Amino acid sequence: MVRYILRRLLIAIPTLLVISFVIFAILDLAPNDPTGNLPMTVPPETREKIRLSLGLGEAMHVRYYKWLVQFFVNEPLNILEQSFGIVIGDSGNRLRVLSWATRSPVVDMIVERAPQTLWVVGLSYVFGILMAIPIGIIQAYRQYSWFDQVGTFVAMVGFSVPTFFTGVVAILVFSVQLQWLPMIYDTTLEVNSWGNFILQFKQMIMPVMVLALWQAAQLSRFMRASILDNLNLDYVRTARSKGRNERAVLLIHVLRNSLIPVITLIALGIPHIFGGAIITEQIFRVNGLGQLLIIAIEGADIPTVQTLTFLFAFLIVLFNLIADVLYGILDPRIRYD
Amino acid sequence: MTEVVKLGVAEDLRTVHRSLWGDVWRQFYKHKGALVGVIVFVLITLIVFLGPFVYDVDPNSIDFKSRNLTPSLDHPLGTDNIGHDTLAQMLAGGQVSLAVGFLAMLIALVLGTFIGVLAGFTKVLDGPLMRLTDLFLALPILPLLLVIILLFRDTLRNLYGPEAGIFMLIVFVIGITSWMNTARIVRGDVLGIKEREFVLAAHSIGVRRRKIIFRHILPNVLSPIMVSATLGIANAIITESALSFLGLGFPPDFPTWGRLLFDGTNFIQITPSRVIWPGLFIALTVLSVNYIGDGLRDALDPRMRGR
Repeated sequence: MVRYILRRLLIAIPTLLVISFVIFAILDLAPNDPTGNLPMTVPPETREKIRLSLGLGEAMHVRYYKWLVQFFVNEPLNILEQSFGIVIGDSGNRLRVLSWATRSPVVDMIVERAPQTLWVVGLSYVFGILMAIPIGIIQAYRQYSWFDQVGTFVAMVGFSVPTFFTGVVAILVFSVQLQWLPMIYDTTLEVNSWGNFILQFKQMIMPVMVLALWQAAQLSRFMRASILDNLNLDYVRTARSKGRNERAVLLIHVLRNSLIPVITLIALGIPHIFGGAIITEQIFRVNGLGQLLIIAIEGADIPTVQTLTFLFAFLIVLFNLIADVLYGILDPRIRYD
Repeated sequence: MTEVVKLGVAEDLRTVHRSLWGDVWRQFYKHKGALVGVIVFVLITLIVFLGPFVYDVDPNSIDFKSRNLTPSLDHPLGTDNIGHDTLAQMLAGGQVSLAVGFLAMLIALVLGTFIGVLAGFTKVLDGPLMRLTDLFLALPILPLLLVIILLFRDTLRNLYGPEAGIFMLIVFVIGITSWMNTARIVRGDVLGIKEREFVLAAHSIGVRRRKIIFRHILPNVLSPIMVSATLGIANAIITESALSFLGLGFPPDFPTWGRLLFDGTNFIQITPSRVIWPGLFIALTVLSVNYIGDGLRDALDPRMRGR
């Protein structure tokens, strides 16, 4: 098992390095100039100074190296210091990548906005899974019943209709017509009383449910297929002939085995739901990471864009690794490939 | 005696003779969802491309006197906040959205098939090409698309004009970021097929490798390619709409369904129909294409046939 995990890790590291270089290079080789948006009256010498102050004076590979160091060494150290209140080395002079727009460290901006995204994305994923698993089980167990037919159709619709349409329709119905839920996510709301909690709850319903339904549509299809694959296998017949009741056969024997591929799919899907959150956050004006990315892109704030894009890539590689390891733990046959 | 029996068998065989594509069509025809999908998709395509000949209102004509109108005989779907006719814009936008979907799918398909066949057929390139595929799969596509469009938008706009430049950019970037699944499936199939006897036979009579690929390998991997083509159209249409919805797709005066939806959301309280129509058409197109893909997958899978 240790060798299996080590092998996966050894594949992940070069992947990450190449991806980080690709992201860095795309942004660096792009023809746009960061000083291009400044007024025409700014003289060339001043432009050059601005470029130098933005850290653009050095060669590309030097800047790439510095960027890597701050991302993999400096920022983790900063997070350690903040969370344990200790000082490691020369923390005041540690190199940090600053946003061009706000002149504050990019990682601080990310830390500030991550909770909103994690709440919305995390909750929607949990709800999506909680909906998908029972639906998938019933659909597969009662294959071709009306529940299965309706479920398959709803899943197909839910999976085909993009979240930016379902979200807007939800706003139209629940905010504009019925006026039950707030249209825009109030980002200044602090939960310190019961009334505020209700408000927070109400404003989270739509973004969470829109993402959750989309997730559930996809996952229930996988769940159904996975249970169907298992239902006709020999061990199910064995369990039945031992005299176990249907409930135990389905929920203990079949479910445990058919959850293996679904769990890995759930792990693989986590980074992609962050990508989906970019759109959801834009619809409901949630001030999360997705919105930060859009603002940074619109403002041509290259360091923020680089760091966020790399963060998304990092999550994909990380969860690929987690899915591989999980699969290895859950299904011992995989380890000996 | 024996001859009579043989003749009988041969005749029986002839009466039940069915061609491959006949079988595929029969299975596809049985899949009601796929059939409805084809009808809806063809209908949408016809409306969008032939509609402007019947309803010849200029989508870009501005009429400030008739702003935010509700549907009427003059403007069947109403107008927007600067007096564009919504129906004309929907038709024009649909042309762009469908064209993006189709062309981006074509790029992804050609690239994916090329890489898949190359990886499956040449042992030396298999490892590197599959690592490249894994690498592309690990890229965060949506953020990266946004970044690429932001960075190269102005350059292409200067080179080819605002509309053609952005169109090429979007088609190209969606195409080169969605070939990976096709490549993986094609590689897997090619690996199986190239060990079969008919390929060996072709090799041994001295057929050139290129000819083997085009005559013997490609026709046999056609079915997974067709399935990923349909799914590719759906994917490209959604991606283009998402980009436009985030305000980083086409310029404001250039309607696509995603752009219309994005512009409509700010006026959702005044004219909700501006949001409903583009969204509905994106959803219908993607749904119908996904159903076609589902039906094709069943129809092209020999194990499913005859059930």
